[in-house]
Amino acid sequence: MNSGDEGAGRRVRVVLSEVTRRPPRDPARADLAEQTPVGEALVKGLVRAQLALALRLSLVVLTGLGALPLLFAVAPEVGGAKLLGVNLPWMLLGVLSFPFLFGVGWAYVRWAERNEQDFTAVIRRRE
Amino acid sequence: MNPYVVPGLVVVVLVTVGIGAYGLRFARTTSDFLVASRSVSPSWNAAAISGEYLSAASFLGVAGLVLRYGVDVLWYPVGFAAGYLALLLFVAAPLRRSGAFTLPDFCQVRLRSPFLRRLATVFVIFIGCLYLVPQLQGAGLTFTTVTGGSYVWGALLVGVVVTANVALGGMRAITFVQAFQYWLKLTALAVPVIFLVLQWQADDRPEVTPPAGPAFSASTTVVVQQDATLTGPDGSTRQVSAGDELSFAAGDPVPQVSTVDATFGAEWLLPGGGDGSLFATYSLILATFLGTMGLPHVLVRFYTNPDGASARRTTLVVLGLVGLFYLLPTLYGVLGRIYTPQLLMTGRTDAVVLLLPEAALGGGHLGQLLGALVTAGALAAFLSTSSGLLTSVAGVVFTDILHADRGGSVRDFRLATVLSASVPMLLSVYVSNMDVSRVVGLAFAVAASSFCPLLVLGIWWRRLTDWGAAAGILAGGGAAMGAVLLTVLGPPLTGWPAQLVNQPAAWTVPLAFLVMVVGSLATGRRVPPDIGATMLRLHAPESLRL
Repeated sequence: MNSGDEGAGRRVRVVLSEVTRRPPRDPARADLAEQTPVGEALVKGLVRAQLALALRLSLVVLTGLGALPLLFAVAPEVGGAKLLGVNLPWMLLGVLSFPFLFGVGWAYVRWAERNEQDFTAVIRRRE
Repeated sequence: MNPYVVPGLVVVVLVTVGIGAYGLRFARTTSDFLVASRSVSPSWNAAAISGEYLSAASFLGVAGLVLRYGVDVLWYPVGFAAGYLALLLFVAAPLRRSGAFTLPDFCQVRLRSPFLRRLATVFVIFIGCLYLVPQLQGAGLTFTTVTGGSYVWGALLVGVVVTANVALGGMRAITFVQAFQYWLKLTALAVPVIFLVLQWQADDRPEVTPPAGPAFSASTTVVVQQDATLTGPDGSTRQVSAGDELSFAAGDPVPQVSTVDATFGAEWLLPGGGDGSLFATYSLILATFLGTMGLPHVLVRFYTNPDGASARRTTLVVLGLVGLFYLLPTLYGVLGRIYTPQLLMTGRTDAVVLLLPEAALGGGHLGQLLGALVTAGALAAFLSTSSGLLTSVAGVVFTDILHADRGGSVRDFRLATVLSASVPMLLSVYVSNMDVSRVVGLAFAVAASSFCPLLVLGIWWRRLTDWGAAAGILAGGGAAMGAVLLTVLGPPLTGWPAQLVNQPAAWTVPLAFLVMVVGSLATGRRVPPDIGATMLRLHAPESLRL
């Protein structure tokens, strides 16, 4: 096809791949992909935020559940206490620990996704 | 024998094979076989992970342990569930984003080390076999308890069904099979427990721990298993020998048998009693909390999520489903104390879930139907866990031992499946006296001392090196492996050495972390040069599409 046929055929836009839709110059993404100091700092910040969140929540579980054997050993009278007619250790371990674990997990998913949204927003803002 | 059991078992096997065959229509490429082409929705995936995870140890073993030892062993179900929280917090999303296929793949992606990859392969196969043998053994024991048939046939039957299913359908079929089996297992425990609690109410709520000690609720005949001394509640003793038949009337107290380890009275009801020392409890907590993330059949599931965020949501749903399930076995253990106290004399406490419905509700149609339902659930437990284990071990054998790369043929995968199934099947036939629930606990300890530090440090710490990781796995995982072999094969130990060897996690897990960190710092120049790109890949959300 040459320039002389311009009126005859209509132009067809050909999209080769998704990649070409991305703007060619994108400083934040380039920082990330090319490992510049700025990109490194951004990723390190995200990793640190996620790790701090995970460690904080494990500390919650550690004090909530992990301290129980010690508590029962130090203060045996706690083991004899009753809740709804059931001995407290049975209630705590057999029933309440499961919703507690689920609750911690739910909070983690919520906050971890928020950390990722913050990270994405920083990258997008720099575009 | 209960006339509903055989039809129930046949239905479970047929439905399992049927769903497997249905899945076969979708399985076309090797990738379909191994990870279901990564297109399974989170709710299906979560039910499948739970179905795969709830093994014989959960379905039968937890209730048996509660019946025998009381409140101290509740740490088993709590730890089995909490393992998923640790997995969620530290591993789920980054592991999925790593794009790795199996645990050895993760070593390759993160540390680029062929040696570490081979080491991980050895551990995957060891843990897989350690976990697979007791599943098949449990199947054999259930078969004997329920049908009176031979132990070998039960173990081989489950082994063959599982091998055929994995070899023909791969994981895509397995995903649907596992999801079905989670709901089957939940139903099989939840429906009978309603009737059991109603029966307990109708019986005027008999006390679980009567002041005079446990008593028979109905007239019972007990066949003595080994020569032993019986101790009555008044302190009187009596010698009995194997094969003796003892008859007890309703209301008679249950004597303590010298050859059966069990706890009574306040020791059963209150924490800290029995042989559960503080060290053993914390060791168990550490092994189960951190061991789940290192079980190969659990990890391989995460590659079937489409992205990191959905891996996280899947794990949360799993935590909910598994927690829901673990509310039930405790009730069986507690009610077993009232209705099946003879198990405390024979020592076959693992059978409490199977025997309780008929013992409490009588031998009528209701009791028999519910008995068949729990037996079908137990079969589902063996089938699903061994299928998942076999898929992951076969996947590793396929890629790392047969050296087929991603383009390997489906026939090679089938060969790998048969290879990896034959060893545990042979072992389960020849090693029939190994203690089921203890071996499962040891598998957790090995996983917690080898793969847990590798995953946690590999995902969160830039300075991990291949040499450091290998040293940590060899030190911690090797020590745990040695403890396992010593416990299973070695002479019985007493005192502190026994505690250190029987529950090794409390010292092997810190050892593995310590050696890994020190080893990595000492070989700091071996940090992979592309660590920045790897960390970006592990932690950046997919929506950025870098």
